[in-house]
Amino acid sequence: MRARDLCVRYGQKVAIKDVDIDVHTNQVLALIGPSGCGKSTFLRSLNRMNDTVPGVSVTGHVDLDGEPIYGPNVDPVLVRRRVGMVFQRSNPFPKSIFENVAYGLRIAGMRERDVIAERVERALRHAALWDEVKDRLPESGLGLSGGQQQRLCIARALAVEPEVLLMDEPASALDPIATAKIEDLVADLRGELTIVIVTHNMQQAARVSQRTGFFYMGRLVEVGETSQVFTRPRERETEDYITGRFG
Amino acid sequence: MSAAAPPRRLVGTVRHGDRALQTVTLGSVVLILAMLVVLLGDVALGGARTLTWEFLTAAPRDGMTAGGVFPAIFGTVALTLLMTLAAVPAGVATAIYLTEFASTESRLARLIRVSVSNLAGVPSIVFGLFGLGFFIATVGKAIDGVAFGGQPTYGKPCLLWSSLTLAILTLPVVVVATEEAILAVPRELRDGSLALGATRMQTILRVVLPEAMGGILTGTILAVSRGAGEVAPILFTGVAYYLPYLPSHLNDPFMSLGYHVYVLATQSPDVDRTKPLLYGTALVLLILTFLLNLAAIWIRSRTRRHSRAAA
Ligand SMILES: Nc1ncnc2c1ncn2[C@@H]1O[C@H](COP(=O)(O)OP(=O)(O)OP(=O)(O)O)[C@@H](O)[C@H]1O
Ligand SMILES: [Mg+2]
Repeated sequence: MRARDLCVRYGQKVAIKDVDIDVHTNQVLALIGPSGCGKSTFLRSLNRMNDTVPGVSVTGHVDLDGEPIYGPNVDPVLVRRRVGMVFQRSNPFPKSIFENVAYGLRIAGMRERDVIAERVERALRHAALWDEVKDRLPESGLGLSGGQQQRLCIARALAVEPEVLLMDEPASALDPIATAKIEDLVADLRGELTIVIVTHNMQQAARVSQRTGFFYMGRLVEVGETSQVFTRPRERETEDYITGRFG
Repeated sequence: MSAAAPPRRLVGTVRHGDRALQTVTLGSVVLILAMLVVLLGDVALGGARTLTWEFLTAAPRDGMTAGGVFPAIFGTVALTLLMTLAAVPAGVATAIYLTEFASTESRLARLIRVSVSNLAGVPSIVFGLFGLGFFIATVGKAIDGVAFGGQPTYGKPCLLWSSLTLAILTLPVVVVATEEAILAVPRELRDGSLALGATRMQTILRVVLPEAMGGILTGTILAVSRGAGEVAPILFTGVAYYLPYLPSHLNDPFMSLGYHVYVLATQSPDVDRTKPLLYGTALVLLILTFLLNLAAIWIRSRTRRHSRAAA
């Protein structure tokens, strides 16, 4: 994916401005930056989730595979089927574990029960959850632990086989062990699909990503190889942030 | 500074106000409970002996001084079902429009909200007059003119117009209850659905409505049970004093429990002989309403448990 001159406003308030970034295919891009700098806003503009917030205006260009996702006649629903999203707070539906994962397939019109069952299993294995839930698929997804719920949400997003997966602080509400599982999962998915992950945890960014972008006050200050950004940042603001001088 | 400092003592009390407030509030609770117990107790004791199988299954006899209330039960149930059939889809659809499609500043949405809350404040007898003027004298007459050559077929009081009049009366409660239930669905659930590529409609049908269903059902049943006992709206629009047959068509008049209570209490030639029947009828009406309320409580407790599992 690629963003050019991307600006997002909430009413009069500018949340991000002039963001240019390339999201490399099948790599993990981590986004870091202090609270309120516009990371979530940027992320939500990549799958047009901002469209669901009243009063938002987006200008600039975002391409998915060379196609403009803000182009005329583009249906945001179709964009979201190719660009999945996992939220900060896990939000499983009050349905069975199986139906949570099958949801995206069913709404896309898939009917064949055996194909759905197979895709559900594959997604759950992918999300490293299969062994924990394979005997309780008909039980409610709400009965799982917090970390399991978040992996269920990841499985749900993976089931529709998106090209890009957006993750907004997917582990920030979890304990260290559950967090480690999510990080392992992201590391495993690396190379299979494009991932953009927002995190407040710099070790996490360093661990899971190939590239890192630093947002500050609505601007993308710098983006580059993760090792470079953390060891030899080009910008003074980046250095101050990663060395803990503010934020 | 010293003026504001608290007294340096531990013994004694500074909470006289608390105790007085507790006494007053507890007093009103007791008073209300006592009234409820007296009311229900009176009806239950007075009606219990009348409540036989024959009373429930037979029609009134001997100038309504004997027999049962089956036609009134039948009429009330039919009326309630038809009213529900009309009010619930319209009310739920209105609430969905208001919460999901209308923006908060939209003129139309504001107009609907104002109308709904004003509708809720209209006295029920006015609904009865409206039903007479609108449904019977206007819509019914027009139907007769077009389809029945002017023969009064729908242009007269009947089950259909009474049900629709009651439906309008219950509509505001259904709308408000549904709106609240829908608004209580967390935004995260909608976002989760939309982010998976669901359309707005799929999100509403598959995530929002199932999640809101408990609240919708509870509110709807309470509204319906309130409407089931109403007399004023059906007075001019279809209820009958006495009918030798059960209604079998939408344009038949019908008997109802609420109105039957009124008839027994005021129109009987022999008040002493109808008194047990009067109690029995009131008790049947109360039991029907109670059953509906019990259903609502049951549904609410089930959905509570369900959402506690979510936390
Ligand atoms: N729905 C909204 N309406 C108005 N302003 C908003 C809205 N959402 C976000 N903002 C504003 O836009 C700016 C960027 O917010 P955003 O949520 O993107 O930041 P963030 O980097 O994700 O922060 P955090 O790390 O706390 O999640 C903030 O100043 C915020 O107040
Ligand atoms: Mg955020």
